[in-house]
Amino acid sequence: MKNTALNETHIALGAKMVPFAGYNMPVQYEGVNIEHQTVREAVGVFDVSHMGEFLIEGEYALDLIQKVSSNDASKLAIGKAQYSCLPNDDGGIVDDLIIYKIKEDTYLLVVNASNIEKDWNWIQSKNDVEATMRNLSEDYSLLAIQGPKAVEAMQSLSSHDLSAIKFYNFVVGDFAGIDHVIISATGYTGSGGFEIYCKNSEVKQIWDKILEAGTDFGIKPIGLAARDTLRLEMGYCLYGNDIDDTTSPIEAGLSWITKFTKNFTNSEALKAEKEHGAERKLVAFELDDRGIPRHGYDIVDGNGNKIGNVTSGTMSPSLGKGIGLGYVPTIFSQVGSKINIQVRKKAIPATVVKLPFYKV
Amino acid sequence: MNIPSELKYTKDHEWVLIDGDIATIGITDFAQGELGDIVYVEVETVDETLDAEEIFGTVEAVKTVSDLFLPMSGEIIEFNESLEDEPEKVNTDPYGDGWMIKLKCSDLSQVETLLSADDYKALVGV
Repeated sequence: MKNTALNETHIALGAKMVPFAGYNMPVQYEGVNIEHQTVREAVGVFDVSHMGEFLIEGEYALDLIQKVSSNDASKLAIGKAQYSCLPNDDGGIVDDLIIYKIKEDTYLLVVNASNIEKDWNWIQSKNDVEATMRNLSEDYSLLAIQGPKAVEAMQSLSSHDLSAIKFYNFVVGDFAGIDHVIISATGYTGSGGFEIYCKNSEVKQIWDKILEAGTDFGIKPIGLAARDTLRLEMGYCLYGNDIDDTTSPIEAGLSWITKFTKNFTNSEALKAEKEHGAERKLVAFELDDRGIPRHGYDIVDGNGNKIGNVTSGTMSPSLGKGIGLGYVPTIFSQVGSKINIQVRKKAIPATVVKLPFYKV
Repeated sequence: MNIPSELKYTKDHEWVLIDGDIATIGITDFAQGELGDIVYVEVETVDETLDAEEIFGTVEAVKTVSDLFLPMSGEIIEFNESLEDEPEKVNTDPYGDGWMIKLKCSDLSQVETLLSADDYKALVGV
């Protein structure tokens, strides 16, 4: 089991540590509900250094990225980031990721911790253009500062105007006394804020200064449990739950990052799937009665026949009701469709809804 | 951690208060701390007669679903319905307002199978 550079810091803060994707990670500090609310209403900081980072460089870097990713990275200007996915050859998804254009011919790919080795091998296997690939995952840390007060609370830590960094844009600059960190207006909570990429040797200083600068704004450290409830209220996909090697980006609702302006892995089959319409779709649903949907529960029709499965589910801390994502045949996917979630012995009625579940 | 001496306990981290042949049952302070924020308590066995160790309900925290096991045999005569709207009472007052069910015991000799407060302290290592 690996540790992030902040492992002892989390333990000193009283975090409950759990193994996640090969790392000891803080699942909660004070309690998931208060942490969730802190991000929705004020500002919180997450150590998500388990995430993987690959640098792809050279004259053919873009060619390789275009070949392996579904979104159109040729649209990226320096200082912009893009959500994308790596389709496999069989209609599924190797991983979802964020691609940053750092400078001309230099891109940073940020991938899920659980997929670092798989993604590396996959991209390497497609690298017949001999782009230079470097795996920085072990050397770099990632902190997410999220919430409506993030900009105001963190402004004193940087000479850059944080409010001027638009969503999915980034600057490379000074932060918390460290030069050349990536300050990226991205996140996985829907509440706004930043992500900071820095070297492991720098992260302790940055973490401490973030907590110090945020004190007057009610900042708290936030664990993975609240990260999951926050992302699920937005309907953001989690790899391994909502998308995986067997789910296509079209059925997962990721057509918006699947651009047929170029060729990429399995693009012809995905294009055909988009044109003909996917047979099943990932939908968002709310339970009409009490109960909590969970990953793996069956989705059933009015007669109790299984029509799909729940991929993510929780009790929404903001809404106080059971919410979830799951795959159903396309005929059940329209907003307002009635489905049922099999929770133990009971089929609980649920309604397909539009995302996000919670509007921040 | 609070482990009241007047209660009996189970290895499944439940507490039992015996009053005549009625047992009031909940989960311990240790259990609620391990589970974290409790968001749902489901008991659909009211009026059913079950054996000791059978599942009488479910307690759900944000990330986990845990079965609740009956410490003794008997009829479940009451569920603390206030937990439907305020499951967080199990966190804030596990031995008081966070009680879960009342059981009419069918075999009071089963009290002997329960753990004392000292036994339970040893089990959770405090």
